[in-house]
Amino acid sequence: MRETTLTVNGETHTLDVDPATPLLYVLRNDLGLRGPRFGCGLAQCGTCTVLMDGRPIRSCILPVSRTRGEITTLEGLPEDGKLHPVQQAWIDEQVPQCGFCQNGQILTAAALLDNNPNLSDDEIRRGMNPILCRCLTYFRIQSAVKRAAAAMAGTEADR
Amino acid sequence: MSGRRDLSAIDRALGRWEGTASRRDFLKTSGLFVFGLSAIGAARAGFGAQPAEAGPYPDPDFLQLDSWLVVGEDGSATFYIGKTDGGQGTGTATRQMMCDELDLAFDRATVVMGRTDLTVDQGGSGGSDAIERGAMVGRRIAAEARRVLLEMASERFGVPVEELRVSEGVISLAADPSRTVTYGELIGGRRFDVALTGANINQAGGVASIKPVQDLKLVGQSIPRYDIPAKVDGSFEWAVDVNLPGMVHARNVRPPFAGATLTGVDESSVRGLPGFLRVVREGNYVAVVCEREEQAIEAAETLAVTWEKPATAPFPASDDLFDYLRSAAPEPNPGGRWAPEVEGDPDAALAGAATVVEAAYDVPFQGHTAIGPAHALADPSDGQMTIYTNDMKPYSHRTGIAEFLGMPPERVRVIWMEGPQLYGRTAADDAGFEAAYLAKELGRPVRMQWMRHEETAWDTKGPAFAIDLRGGLDADGNLVALDYQGRIANYAHVGYNQARTVLIAQLMGLRPERPAPGGAGGPDAMYHVPHRREETRAVRLPLVFETPLRTGNLRDPNGPQITFAAESFVDELAAAADADPVEFRLRLLRGAADDDEIFRRARSIAVVEAAAKAYGWDARPSPARVGSGRLLTGRGIAYAYRARTTVAVIAEVEVDRETGQVRVPRMVCAHDCGLVINPDGLENTIQGNLLHGISRTLFEEVRFDTEKVTSVDWRTHPTLTHRDAPERIDVVVVNGDPNPDRPDLRPYGAGEPSHKPVPAAIANAVHDATGVRMRRLPLRPERVLAELQAAGV
Repeated sequence: MRETTLTVNGETHTLDVDPATPLLYVLRNDLGLRGPRFGCGLAQCGTCTVLMDGRPIRSCILPVSRTRGEITTLEGLPEDGKLHPVQQAWIDEQVPQCGFCQNGQILTAAALLDNNPNLSDDEIRRGMNPILCRCLTYFRIQSAVKRAAAAMAGTEADR
Repeated sequence: MSGRRDLSAIDRALGRWEGTASRRDFLKTSGLFVFGLSAIGAARAGFGAQPAEAGPYPDPDFLQLDSWLVVGEDGSATFYIGKTDGGQGTGTATRQMMCDELDLAFDRATVVMGRTDLTVDQGGSGGSDAIERGAMVGRRIAAEARRVLLEMASERFGVPVEELRVSEGVISLAADPSRTVTYGELIGGRRFDVALTGANINQAGGVASIKPVQDLKLVGQSIPRYDIPAKVDGSFEWAVDVNLPGMVHARNVRPPFAGATLTGVDESSVRGLPGFLRVVREGNYVAVVCEREEQAIEAAETLAVTWEKPATAPFPASDDLFDYLRSAAPEPNPGGRWAPEVEGDPDAALAGAATVVEAAYDVPFQGHTAIGPAHALADPSDGQMTIYTNDMKPYSHRTGIAEFLGMPPERVRVIWMEGPQLYGRTAADDAGFEAAYLAKELGRPVRMQWMRHEETAWDTKGPAFAIDLRGGLDADGNLVALDYQGRIANYAHVGYNQARTVLIAQLMGLRPERPAPGGAGGPDAMYHVPHRREETRAVRLPLVFETPLRTGNLRDPNGPQITFAAESFVDELAAAADADPVEFRLRLLRGAADDDEIFRRARSIAVVEAAAKAYGWDARPSPARVGSGRLLTGRGIAYAYRARTTVAVIAEVEVDRETGQVRVPRMVCAHDCGLVINPDGLENTIQGNLLHGISRTLFEEVRFDTEKVTSVDWRTHPTLTHRDAPERIDVVVVNGDPNPDRPDLRPYGAGEPSHKPVPAAIANAVHDATGVRMRRLPLRPERVLAELQAAGV
């Protein structure tokens, strides 16, 4: 065991865990976060997605010792108590069915749009493609990404 | 260490519905406070802290109004429903229906679902009947509660009920609306003590009648689902999230070969690993238990285990499966279960037909492959057993586990919480049995979770089919005879949470008295065919038990397979008759004048016509003239009913001539499920059905060699992704009832019907685009390309 320091959703934690432990289990079982969930353990489905300095990564395979910078989970996405526009769009479009994969869908969409809010339909499809959904809610997810993009563009225009 | 939560079970259950509600708030608003001495109250009051709260957990009495509906002091209501929501919003829809009958605002009620200690046994989910059956009982109960409340108000005001008005939980005098009394004032915090009647739970009800459809206000509105905000902000608590003090983690070690016998376990291989607690072994079942989750994963991977392969191959390889199904002797026909259905004289009619068409269709085993693998947490505290699970049938999960462990059922309770889909997979949730067994062994709360390779290889499978069809047309192109011969690889269906068929039981060597073949009827269509035979026979694979090819229910069990063959074949017949596929179907539907009591024939015609209209269908025979470009486009229709719902689906496809890749850029679905409770929820459910259908049509197949399943993750078992989702979906909600305004119009199930015709619609569209008939699922690019090349397209 070795002490590991993590910054998650703005809070710093010092933990005494095996440094090889995948980040997912530390987030879930030590920090009590529910956003990232186990789907495959193989970085194939995206259910465990978290943001590392704003980039989506697969927490199921990343050893906790190799995390760098700021980790953001679904719980940490809202700012100033207000849902991220992507989260709001997910509610407005009533996207989820079971909802188990939506953590990865929302965080990936947020990272995509934070990087470039003017995505074409094809760019949305390609950007979201790695995140699997077995209720097959892709149709509404893509609508929600477009809705969020429009909302973010509106916010930009207001500034 | 932060993150450990030590809340009572009731808080956990509550957290799911209300997000921030505390236990105190719950008691105050739901009236549970007064239930302390009652049977349900004992279980509701908490868990683990006091003897009274620690069980046993007798069943709530479905003939008591109080078991279903509780009004709090503040006038809010809690509905206790014995169904489970698989993500299609049936909880929200149930709440709409019950609030409507109770005359209460939607946001003044909550729904608790699927807890064996708190909710009446409605069997959990199955057959898409949460609304059609489960919530219809709820409507009657809510109507009865409203009746009783009105009588109480009548007594209080000294006026007849007819002189009272009720709106959103407030009863007033018609003559003097300033005089009011609320539901909370009348009954809040107290029992109704009203007995219900009914021979069984589905017939339970009181004296009151439910409202005519025209008087419903919340039904028919697209009220947002109550569970979505918490699923979007990360606060939702799933079954995977429950974390109890002292909880440990388990992982299974599965046989590397189907039918293998465990010959040795070297426990010293893991004894030194950090956090290691136990290896548990019984028969061919092996699991490891460790303090932490990642430790259990490592120990399961590290454990040195030796296995002996079975003497004979457990099954043919997946590429040889259909030859096997057609050549093997089918099982005998016990009790006429598989007797053919015959109308007229199909053999004579075929012999006399002007044209006979024959075709053979193949559908492989397909898995559930849920996005998250099986999981459960079992707590053996206080000599009881509590299982936190996403098993969609909590009640049979409870009785199955009680039998498996040799415990009295009232000492076992199952707390359903949401999980990754259900679709039949969690009708026999293996992980709950495993967690309970291990918890009993260790005397500590044990959390079990499967790994991806385990879930994809070992989950329950939708059975493979080989289907042979013959049809006879007369000289005018009318279908006069149809012969359907199905072979189904479904000799030992796992059933629902049976103590001798779940995987752990099989691996321990337990066996049911006899295998239970899964039933399979013929095509579900209201076509008029004067001479018809439909016959399905079960075929047994060499390995019957302890096999990863164990069959269970997969969304609309058998429907997509049978309908793929049947509705593809209707298009083949239409092509032979040089008829437009829509016109040909309508002719078959209109061939008989009579209808059944729920007007399925009229409602079938309505959905076929509505789908064609919404698509902009131009009537012509298929195939179209095959184009000259790289992308070939076409459209195809398929129709079916499931139970009381009728549906027609049109798929538009693009086929890449050079790669064989099929895309479905557009779909139309016309759908008649009677009374619509929540239009947006229905649309979401249909969209999911359609895309799940595309995935099964284009990608999904369980692959295996003669030793083991080889499709074990998302690379080897691909699924539909964002890139291949349709760009446009039109859902047309139809009401084809001859009297669409009937005040007693009922809702019918919507969780499965629109899934059923999708494979045939896509295959028909591929034929329309290319002239090539695909008779084997899935339509993976290499298979399509080979057929295109063979046909010279």
